[in-house]
Amino acid sequence: MSPATIIPIPHTWVLALSAVLFVIGTIGVLLRRNGIAIFLSLEIMLNSANLAFVAFALQFAAGRSIAVALTGQLFVFFIIGIAAAEAAVGLALFIALHRLRETIDVDRFNILRW
Amino acid sequence: MVTYVFLVAAVVAVVFSLVTIAHRNPVVNVLSLAIVFFALSAIYAVVGMDFLAAIQLIVYSGAVLVLFLFVIMLLNIRSVERLGSGRPLQAALGAAAAIAVGVAIVLVIGKQAPTFGSLLPGTGKGTAFAIGRSLMTTHLFPFEFISVLLLAALIGALVLARKEER
Repeated sequence: MSPATIIPIPHTWVLALSAVLFVIGTIGVLLRRNGIAIFLSLEIMLNSANLAFVAFALQFAAGRSIAVALTGQLFVFFIIGIAAAEAAVGLALFIALHRLRETIDVDRFNILRW
Repeated sequence: MVTYVFLVAAVVAVVFSLVTIAHRNPVVNVLSLAIVFFALSAIYAVVGMDFLAAIQLIVYSGAVLVLFLFVIMLLNIRSVERLGSGRPLQAALGAAAAIAVGVAIVLVIGKQAPTFGSLLPGTGKGTAFAIGRSLMTTHLFPFEFISVLLLAALIGALVLARKEER
């Protein structure tokens, strides 16, 4: 049996990229006021979490095939599914809010404040 | 070769996620986020996770971002406000988060011994075969549960976005 092909990407690089993307997403969520823009930053954060799962899947695939170290990949699969559901509900919420106030600027919504 | 692809994809992902959070045109935001997703898909493909690469493209770029574009069109959002206008506290928090992550990358991630994943030759099926079997056996319950979740989200979205009759 021929030896395994090593993937020449250390998992620490993937982890560092994930951290950078997560902080970019965090800054976007903090600094944006438009609801859609906040949502896009949220998608960046979800994807950086996926990338962290991929990094750890790479770590656990050391010496084995990536087709055996499946748990991280399955987590990414489920997170993508949940992100799709979240995007559908969130965008529907913004449509409903837009109908209410003619804007989706999140600073303009204090309807839950008593 | 693989390393170069990873590095290029990483730079593209970082640059276009910055465009995503900073540009004032919402359509440009969504399209640059699509480029970020393409870059991440390239990374998944290059580390041997072909199924994830395909799912990333189909679900995120194909479905979620199109949904975003439809909502932007529906609400007729021409431009969004300048990044961080009127939010000094949040800007300080964002800068603090950036510094914290920089320190974490140097101190925590830099200290870890890098581990390399590997591809065993000769299976020839990619990861889709193994993932599909795992979804139908060990992870059957979460797999079925996520279909219920998606159905609930579908109904919830319909109810929320419906026009109220008065």
